[in-house]
Amino acid sequence: MPEIPIIQIENLNKTFGEGEGAVTALDNINLTVYQGEIFGIIGLSGAGKSTLVRCMNLLERPTAGKVLFDGRDITQLSDNELRKVRRDISMIFQSFNLLMQRTALENVCFPLELSGVPAKEARTRARELLATVGLSDKEKAYPSQLSGGQKQRVAIARALATNPKVILCDEATSALDPTTTQSILALLKELNQKLGVTIIIITHEMKVIEQICNRVAIIDNSRIEEIGPVDEVFRHPKSRAAKKLIFPKNELTEEISGNGKFLRLVFDGSQADRPIIANMVLQCGAPVSIAFANTEKIDGKMYGHMIIQLPANPEAERKILAYLDSENIGYEEEEYNA
Amino acid sequence: MLSEVFNAEMFALMGQGLLETLYMVLVSTALAYVLGLPVGMLLVVTDKDGIKPNPAINKTVGWIVNLLRSVPFLILLVAVMPLTRAIVGTTIGSTATIVPLVIASAPYVARMVENSVKEVDRGVIEAALSMGASTLEIVWKVLLPEAKPSLIMGAAISTTTILGYTTLAGFVGGGGLGTIAVNYGYYRSRTDIMMVMVVILIAIVQVIQEIGSLIARKSDKRIR
Repeated sequence: MPEIPIIQIENLNKTFGEGEGAVTALDNINLTVYQGEIFGIIGLSGAGKSTLVRCMNLLERPTAGKVLFDGRDITQLSDNELRKVRRDISMIFQSFNLLMQRTALENVCFPLELSGVPAKEARTRARELLATVGLSDKEKAYPSQLSGGQKQRVAIARALATNPKVILCDEATSALDPTTTQSILALLKELNQKLGVTIIIITHEMKVIEQICNRVAIIDNSRIEEIGPVDEVFRHPKSRAAKKLIFPKNELTEEISGNGKFLRLVFDGSQADRPIIANMVLQCGAPVSIAFANTEKIDGKMYGHMIIQLPANPEAERKILAYLDSENIGYEEEEYNA
Repeated sequence: MLSEVFNAEMFALMGQGLLETLYMVLVSTALAYVLGLPVGMLLVVTDKDGIKPNPAINKTVGWIVNLLRSVPFLILLVAVMPLTRAIVGTTIGSTATIVPLVIASAPYVARMVENSVKEVDRGVIEAALSMGASTLEIVWKVLLPEAKPSLIMGAAISTTTILGYTTLAGFVGGGGLGTIAVNYGYYRSRTDIMMVMVVILIAIVQVIQEIGSLIARKSDKRIR
């Protein structure tokens, strides 16, 4: 697939307030999102990710820098032109933001009314969209009568109404339970594949990224720390922020004593069915402590992660490293307690 | 004693007073909303967290609203008499009272409207903006419909407040129940008539409030 940029952000800065009280929310952000991909932006709360996604449709005006949509710098557009561009960039939200005094069907009609589609035509299209998100039977229901997952489905139908090129998702699953999150993510992925719509997802949950994103940007302290394909970032996280997100620091590991080195092992699907750690311990005759272990499915492939502490014995350490090399297991030394 | 109060002449007088009062209240409320609703909306839209922040307009309009609200109604009633005469041709009677009533209640209505519209969830406004809605579209299609139940409750409260103002106008020949209460209850010390007036006023307030709550509840789709 040729990579055609749809959103390009160049040297973007955003500061709130002025003078001494000024707070930098985004610091020199550069990134490109390509047509048809699902792009994730992950960071802890306060990292600036919500501000970043709001700069993509100018709900938030950047202090400096360019935001290119389809090659056009939208920061230079007039109000009128910007409103037209916004019909190509839909958005869904953590709190759904449906009109509470309108039915599901009327909510989906809303963006169509704004674009001047005749009422009858709008209703027909809205019905189709509600069917697409699996809510045909709820067209007369008001948002207060719907569950969180159903509200987000209505919001997604509404977001699709104007045939947008991009859908921005601002923590769209953060208010939902795990099962509903799964079904909403599956729906987004389906829409991406069926309609080719580009999806940009803001989240603080690594699981969301792993499940549907092609590429990911990790944002921390107002900067982009790392950007790349999800499986690559997941297997070889380079930045501290990425490591922090991939293995959430758990308090137990801080209590691990001993002064052996920590190693981070990454397995991919091909090794998942072999008892690697057990064999390693047997062959090397040296015990290891497991500080962290996790398996994830990324893009349909299984990945395993483990952090082990080696014995504080150079001979045992050498043997274990040699074993891992011979088995072709990727590892990196980790300053886990640093 | 009751038969004294309720003789045919008194009945006719009270009936006319009631009609005059309702006429003043309804017309004044309607006109107060014609002026106050756009002003209240302007205050929300130009607020620093609004969709079109404009501190200059917001501060100026807010200041005028506060100024008008701080003049006691009885003083305003007398102070605007020249204006009343210019518009209506006289300063006595219920039609003349409508002028000061509207001037006094429009700023009150503006604040009530501002309060109701500010309750609309910021996120919903943001969603409409993200769909490319203009300021006017947000006002018509988001702020007014979403605030409707609260606006209706506010209208009921405003109406009862204006009812209170009309009775004050009784002191300067404003007509309606207020004038009867002043002429009979005050100048002729007829406590019985005074009591009847009070009971009628209580009944009107109750009815308006109940109707307002009922319509507001019926129109609110946030409740199942």
